[in-house]
Amino acid sequence: MKYETIIGLEIHAQLLTESKMFCACSTKFGAKPNTNICPVCTGQPGVLPVMNQKAIELAIKTALALNCKIEKSSVFARKNYFYPDLPKDFQISQYELPLATLGHLDIVVEGKKKRIGITRVHLEEDAGKLVHKGAARIMGATESLVDYNRTGVPLMEIVSEPDLRSPAEAKAFMETLQHLLQFIGVCDAKMEEGSLRCDANISLRPAGEQKFGTKTEVKNMNSFKAVFKALKAEEKRHEEVLSEGGKINQETRFFDDITEQTIGMRSKEYAHDYRYFPEPDLVPIEPSADWLAKIKNTSGELPEAKRDRFLNEYKLPEADAEVLLATPALTAYFEECLKLYDHPKTIANWLMGDLTAYLKTNNLAIEQINLTPAQLVEMLQMIDKGTISGKLAKTILVEALKSGKTIKDIVAEQGLTQISDEGEIKNIIDEVIEKNPKQVGEFRSGKDAVVMFLVGQVMKLSKGRAKPDAVQKLLRQKLGQ
Amino acid sequence: MLNNLTAHEAHSLLASKKISSVELTEAVFAQIEKTENKLKAYVTLTKDEALKRAKAADNNGNFTGLAGIPIAIKDNMCTKGILTTCSSKILANYLPPYDATIVEKLAAAGAAPIGKTNLDEFAMGSSTENSGFHTTHNPWDLNTVPGGSSGGSAAAVASGECILALGSDTGGSIRQPASFCGVVGLKPTYGRVSRYGLVAFASSLDQIGPLAKDVTDSAWLMNVLAGYDPKDSTSVDIPVPDYRMALVNDVKKFRIGLISDLMGKGTDEAVKAAIKDAARKLESLGAIVEEVSLPTFEYAVPTYYLIAPAEASSNLARFDGVKFGHRSSDAPDLLTMYYNTRREGFGAEVKRRIMLGTYALSAGYYDAYYLKALKVRTLIKQDFEKAFKHFDVLISPTAPSPAFKIGEKAADPLSMYLSDIATIPVNLAGLPAISLPCGFSGGLPIGLQIIGEAFAEEKLLQVAYTYEQNTEWHKRRPTL
Ligand SMILES: [Zn+2]
Repeated sequence: MKYETIIGLEIHAQLLTESKMFCACSTKFGAKPNTNICPVCTGQPGVLPVMNQKAIELAIKTALALNCKIEKSSVFARKNYFYPDLPKDFQISQYELPLATLGHLDIVVEGKKKRIGITRVHLEEDAGKLVHKGAARIMGATESLVDYNRTGVPLMEIVSEPDLRSPAEAKAFMETLQHLLQFIGVCDAKMEEGSLRCDANISLRPAGEQKFGTKTEVKNMNSFKAVFKALKAEEKRHEEVLSEGGKINQETRFFDDITEQTIGMRSKEYAHDYRYFPEPDLVPIEPSADWLAKIKNTSGELPEAKRDRFLNEYKLPEADAEVLLATPALTAYFEECLKLYDHPKTIANWLMGDLTAYLKTNNLAIEQINLTPAQLVEMLQMIDKGTISGKLAKTILVEALKSGKTIKDIVAEQGLTQISDEGEIKNIIDEVIEKNPKQVGEFRSGKDAVVMFLVGQVMKLSKGRAKPDAVQKLLRQKLGQ
Repeated sequence: MLNNLTAHEAHSLLASKKISSVELTEAVFAQIEKTENKLKAYVTLTKDEALKRAKAADNNGNFTGLAGIPIAIKDNMCTKGILTTCSSKILANYLPPYDATIVEKLAAAGAAPIGKTNLDEFAMGSSTENSGFHTTHNPWDLNTVPGGSSGGSAAAVASGECILALGSDTGGSIRQPASFCGVVGLKPTYGRVSRYGLVAFASSLDQIGPLAKDVTDSAWLMNVLAGYDPKDSTSVDIPVPDYRMALVNDVKKFRIGLISDLMGKGTDEAVKAAIKDAARKLESLGAIVEEVSLPTFEYAVPTYYLIAPAEASSNLARFDGVKFGHRSSDAPDLLTMYYNTRREGFGAEVKRRIMLGTYALSAGYYDAYYLKALKVRTLIKQDFEKAFKHFDVLISPTAPSPAFKIGEKAADPLSMYLSDIATIPVNLAGLPAISLPCGFSGGLPIGLQIIGEAFAEEKLLQVAYTYEQNTEWHKRRPTL
């Protein structure tokens, strides 16, 4: 029997705020354990949470980018369960009334565009981090330590509709979402570092059937590759069970990176009654129309719109647009250049060619270089004016990237400007004629192509600073043609 | 005896340099020395800290407001580096790393904190018999309870073991002990006083307020306590009046509703008589008193005992032995550690309410219990709103009886719960209310409750002040 795969994703994204969701502690990653903590995020008796407006703003920004409806009033709720990484023994989250609902995100799979529904976007707080001794988990450990630095870091949960039909679509969805989150600057979105996490619900049904099959939830996928592999493995497992007439148990399964298989947890271990109820210490989020408008206005252009503009307005080839939109920093660099220099294709060529090559060889990101867009443009303008040659510019660019010196300084220091003084070129030409009597003779006897050899010699002696066409013109004059 | 002064009386003597704050504080501690072994009003005394603050106030010499006034703090409000136990074994060793907002405000006002008073564990109870440490005794009759949960604060004020005290009120925990101990207790409007640093029992109901020897002192303390706190999202950002300006001896044309639902067969005859007398007194002073019925009142107690325990079950989850407070030494694994810590640390009433609340929030029961309770809460609010269309304030007994005997209701939680029947609806509606002495029965005080609209504390104070100025009840003091 042929089966259809149904996948829905639940994504957690750490928001790029300076401070935590409900207190003023820093969200900085990598601090010494339990240094970014305070009475509020360690759940001391008597403390109260206060909403981080920036976190709400970033979540709204995301929800707008995902074409969601921002709810007029949304409410925080307590999700109650005991665990040592959760200081209050409840997580402040959103339940019945989330921040935003009913959105969509378009993905492209095998060249085809597909629209995936977004069920909801809501806010919650992260838990702390446990470290165990003597066992991998707290059960059986001889000692467990907890770090509350991460406790209370703002998390945004994005839930997709069960619109994905294959592991490849799920992976594409995650990639598109990552790109979007990075682009609008709300999240680092690095799966390997945990700033973007994803759980998946997967089920299979006979092709043509309307009713959903029994789903399983897959956790612990720490890269796009893992998302793909885990869902592939789980899809295969479902198919095998179903085609043998078996039944899928609704359960949570962990993806094992090494065996590349999913492993079922004893369902009891995860059977929680979270006893959600509205958080009485907070008031509802009711974004004013003014605030929403302001967020909209400062959100800027989304990747899709930019792509359209690059293709249609700048007439860039699709491959160029793809590369220039790959990272927000590169896109920003490109657009900065464009503000100063109205030749999109020329900029694109330099960014995609020499600059990218340099970054690759030196394992750098564009954020790490000193060369400003203004300087790059200055160099391009020098080429246009004939102050330097295109070929020289390649060397100058590398030198600028390496040394951090300005283009102007490099050109001046090394005397790299083109020789525009005819007298100087004529002297060099005389020298070349004197040194190459044989070729001069051949030229004079009608072998016109030899002129290029002589031009080459002049260029060499001038260290490339002469203009080849000017050299040729003067050579021909000198040799009496 | 300096310790029997009210705060405003003591203030006059301090300001005119007739006494020093150190003398006043010493007098309070002398009284504590004399009577505390009988009353057991305190959990922790902070004599050194109090004298240090008193000395600082004397040195400063600029006595404004509550500067130099010794004040007792209920032991469910966090005091940095000073034991804050909630009268629970689970927090017997807890030293908070921070001060509650109201504790900061008291310090800024120059008051001298003399100690932390006893309460029913986590403020759950109406007699202080649920304290994990000891029961506080009523200074009017040591065989009776002082009420609760702020019983320690009320007993301390009544006996002169402090000048003023702070209480917290979730279902009557300021007003009922004020009534039992013959002092004045004010529960402010929900959101008027910051809850930051008040160990939460039921977050949507809790409110901190004054316990004092008279109405004037209540107004003075409200001036320090009231105000928006950015650390408490449920505190309300509206201007704070000078509550002393409300102390006007005049109730002419005030429309006062006597809540008939609380004058029925559940209420002692002596209490009813005292309340009727009080109503007549107010009438004689020019107020218009009429009876009013709030039919949803009969649902208030069951509604409260779903909402408050539900919130409490979640608020009290953090006492798990992981981060602070008691941790069971018998803990072979995490789950057993949770079980044993909470079994050893919590008392019977707290466990009962955690179970009640957990049940009410559980899947399959949420709609029938918690959600239904929220709906009834709305109806109760609407009942009040309707009443306030016709009345400036409402009056009722604070409690259906004077103080009961220690042990009398301990085995019967339901009859204990019913002792808050008149105060609970006020918390459910988030309204302000005050209790003040209006009579005696068998040597025990009776309290009159005056209820106002949200943020109408000034009206309450004016009616209460007028009644007080024209009666003598508040001048009686227990002999110990
Ligand atoms: Zn913090």
